[in-house]
Amino acid sequence: MEATVTTANNEKTWGGGHEIQPLGASYGKMMMWFFIVSDALTFSGFLAAYGFSRFKFIETWPLADEVFTHFPFMHGVSAPMYYVALMTFILIFSSVTMVLAVDAGHQLKKTKVAIYMFLTIIGGIIFVGSQAWEWKNFIKGEYGAVETVGGSLLQFVDKDGKRVALEEFAVKLPNQPQELTRSKGKWFMESAETVPTYSVAEIQAGFKAHPELLVRTEHLTAEKKKTVLTREESEARLSQAKYVVEGANLTRNEYGSKLFADFFFFITGFHGFHVFSGIIINIIIFFNVLVGTYEKRRSYEMVEKVGLYWHFVDLVWVFVFTVFYLV
Amino acid sequence: MSHEHVSNAKRIWFVFGLLSLITTVEVILGIIKPGVLEFNHFVGLNLLNWIFYILTIVKAYYIVWAFMHMEGEKSSLRWSVVSPVIFLVLYLLFILLTEGHYIYGVFKDSTIKWNF
Repeated sequence: MEATVTTANNEKTWGGGHEIQPLGASYGKMMMWFFIVSDALTFSGFLAAYGFSRFKFIETWPLADEVFTHFPFMHGVSAPMYYVALMTFILIFSSVTMVLAVDAGHQLKKTKVAIYMFLTIIGGIIFVGSQAWEWKNFIKGEYGAVETVGGSLLQFVDKDGKRVALEEFAVKLPNQPQELTRSKGKWFMESAETVPTYSVAEIQAGFKAHPELLVRTEHLTAEKKKTVLTREESEARLSQAKYVVEGANLTRNEYGSKLFADFFFFITGFHGFHVFSGIIINIIIFFNVLVGTYEKRRSYEMVEKVGLYWHFVDLVWVFVFTVFYLV
Repeated sequence: MSHEHVSNAKRIWFVFGLLSLITTVEVILGIIKPGVLEFNHFVGLNLLNWIFYILTIVKAYYIVWAFMHMEGEKSSLRWSVVSPVIFLVLYLLFILLTEGHYIYGVFKDSTIKWNF
């Protein structure tokens, strides 16, 4: 365990003497690099699994720019990608402040290191907050859809192909299933699943009452648009409806393939967890800088090591951004 | 590992500008989706996606080389970190994407319609 000992003035040495430095790196830095290698392979595994599932359902995969269309304070405006681009800029910028902190550390400028680390932490917090907001919109959903007995998803459009939300045409019928609440039911009668706002029968009745509506399936055409059925086909498909889907959870989602939401939650969640732990580690090192731990050591290598982790988190986001939002 | 203790600030800001520029280009292309790029294929992948993947690799290169300061490390460390990742990722992608494509064919051409 000698190698892990860091004393006040020889943080960068291995056990065995001053000249011994395998690969020209200190013990801590080399271990951080190899941790990053293993973590990079973990993320590669997730992203490759995403690619695998997407290739399986290549003709029915949801279109990202129809799913992520929200921007803060712009209700009802379709703004594909702007928000996630903003998040990317925030993360890149917090990477810049991190590398500036490392740079200031090389020159042993304590105040500068502290300021840049503080900015990095703020950037990280904004990013995680943005991700939470993105998740909220994803879970809440926008238009709603219907799932058939065969597991296909049907969405609703008007004559021009514009998406129509369920509440715009569904009718209220009497005696539909209602969610049991404590005020209405006995405590042991709580239903396992949340009951959607509308039942299948209400959607079907509403569809019948609006002859201008059409059904859109998950299938992509040669122009990479979703297939819109004729009115007769629409009615036939809708008669096989089984569930009303609003928003997204791990079982089903209104955007399309069930696996799409699963991978979205898992991969962005795992990345968000990395950002979160990066923030915590940065805060610890930030306080160490403030109390002068590294000033006493005459070495800010610890800042460099957390910097490596932080940049790695940014690196992963670059790939997540490409495969989830662009391709 | 001779860290010359001069400031790298200029290079850092240059890389920041470059990464921002690449991201902006990606977003613009992602919103416009020019038909010329989207519907012309090269080795099974459309040109737009080629551009996205290449720009992603360029960004990754600059993050690792400039921000993580890989360019200042010994080449032995560089190779022992980068080469296993590149090899294993390419291998994994090849295996899984081939298999995914095969299962797509099974779903399409036979009666199996099991959504798993």
